[in-house]
Amino acid sequence: MSRPLIRIKDLSIHFPLGRRLIGQPPVLKAVDGINLDIPKGSFVGLVGESGSGKTTLGRAILRAAPITHGSITYDDGQRTFDVANIKPRDLKEYRRRAQLIFQDPYAALSPRMTVRDIIAEPLEVMGLTKSRAETDERVREIAGKCRLNLEHLRRYPHAFSGGQRQRISIARALVTGPKFVVADEAVAALDVSIQADILNLLKSLQRDLDLTFLFISHDLSVVAHVCDFVAVMYHGKMMEQAPTRQLFADPQHEYTKCLLSAIPSLDPDDRRPARIYNPEETA
Amino acid sequence: MSAPLIDVDNLTIRFRTDEGLITAVENVSFDIAPGEVLGLVGESGSGKSVTAKSLMRLNSGNAEYDDTSRITLNVPGEPSLDVLSLKRERDMKPVRGGAISMIFQEPMASFAPAITIGDQMVEQLLLHTDMNKKRAKEISIEMLDRVGIKEPAKRFDQYAFEFSGGMRQRAMIAMALSTKPKLLIADEPTTALDVTIQAQIIDLMKDLVSEFGMGILFITHDLGVIAQTADRVAVMYLGRIMETGAVRDVIRRPAHPYTQGLINALPKLDDLDAPLTPIPGDIPSPLERPSGCVFHTRNPNHVPGSRYEREVPPMTEVSPGHFAALFPEDVPALQEPVR
Repeated sequence: MSRPLIRIKDLSIHFPLGRRLIGQPPVLKAVDGINLDIPKGSFVGLVGESGSGKTTLGRAILRAAPITHGSITYDDGQRTFDVANIKPRDLKEYRRRAQLIFQDPYAALSPRMTVRDIIAEPLEVMGLTKSRAETDERVREIAGKCRLNLEHLRRYPHAFSGGQRQRISIARALVTGPKFVVADEAVAALDVSIQADILNLLKSLQRDLDLTFLFISHDLSVVAHVCDFVAVMYHGKMMEQAPTRQLFADPQHEYTKCLLSAIPSLDPDDRRPARIYNPEETA
Repeated sequence: MSAPLIDVDNLTIRFRTDEGLITAVENVSFDIAPGEVLGLVGESGSGKSVTAKSLMRLNSGNAEYDDTSRITLNVPGEPSLDVLSLKRERDMKPVRGGAISMIFQEPMASFAPAITIGDQMVEQLLLHTDMNKKRAKEISIEMLDRVGIKEPAKRFDQYAFEFSGGMRQRAMIAMALSTKPKLLIADEPTTALDVTIQAQIIDLMKDLVSEFGMGILFITHDLGVIAQTADRVAVMYLGRIMETGAVRDVIRRPAHPYTQGLINALPKLDDLDAPLTPIPGDIPSPLERPSGCVFHTRNPNHVPGSRYEREVPPMTEVSPGHFAALFPEDVPALQEPVR
């Protein structure tokens, strides 16, 4: 078996809460002893409620959250990075290979830049292209893959709907040719009729560009449809991880069962009250 | 048959803006009986919140109601009230927290941050009822207890920031129900909440409906939440009702291509292999409102040149009590259940 693209071992991220005159302040254990492998080419879902630590974990992999303990290793076959101890001069190279798609396509795009400039910015900041012509070539190529046309590139974000904006965000994240992408609630701000379009786009980009995704979401039905493996977090801890079908057909952990029972069923005759998770009862 | 609690007839709302007159709601009619839950479902820009706010006259000053629009509130034992003819602020008291209460989407933004939850609950009781302060406090604590808030007397003296999201929404519900409204408007009351908390709030609201017997207008973009809470549903798109009927009929046998599209776009847990089918195109800007049927620009079955481009289709009865905005000749062909 080949090595995973991302290997997370015994990862903890603690944030101190305030300061104390004497002794250590109490800590918030945002991530607490997590192990997770993300195989190359996989679409891994990370689910949990607000405050479960799923976003912090995603940020830590991109080296955007401080790692208190444990390790994250990235290995795409060409380069390996020890994310916790990455050298400043290697950081740019790592960022080229590991990218992020944001939740809110209204907040993520500068209103003062054209779509072309928004998508080109990562190339320019990282110095990945030698000429303007080369930059334009790369921008046009990725924009096309995200179903944006040349006319779109000349316009400003305000002229676009939520779904189109999210396609711009995706193009910007993918323009540097990353191997690994964290999509943090990438469809949560979109309407249902548009959401399906973006999910289908992410799946087709994954195949075309040989990408590996960590798909962070609170929406279990979305995760069930796009991910091939799911990890469930609660209060910083990993509750359960399993292939998608197995997790949804036969959840093992009581918390996962409660989470699944809470999804509102589309069947008006299926109005069962949800199970309520009580950690003390199961512990 | 007695008069419905609220009767909305031919509601049309336009907003005066710098870019011109924008139609937000057009020819919308519905009614809600006591003890009935009507789900109003739609995506962003569908006009569902504007519709709800008009029942309490909460739309901003640049809103214009059409002359033919009527909203009638019938509280049993009281003369009916023509809501849109109310002129003075103090005349609006019955529809703003008296007979009608509202729960908002963002419970953090809906409480004043520097006043205790208790004081806010007491204030509205003093305003809308003839209770004294002591009685209002008792009722408020009782309501906090009723919605499942532990140690209600202690919570009464706390501020909104000391409550979690779910607790805040419970407090919001307690506050909205303490005046014993006849109609409750719930505008995306669970959208900002985690799915487990959402399930608890939905269960709580169901209990309270049967206990208090009030009518509810439940606004959401989530068809699953509608399926779990509503008796009847109205599906809105760009300010118009596309389809309305009993929740079972509309979800199981949607007649309108928009409702069908919405259901097909939803990821379903009982069939993970089903492809997700988006509705093609984007929601048009309100400035570029399509003529005829507002949905024709995104309807995958649309035949170019058909009358849907020019004429507004009437609400045609599909089955008893189930209506869709379609010309009669298109109704029978669209009867097969989806999924």
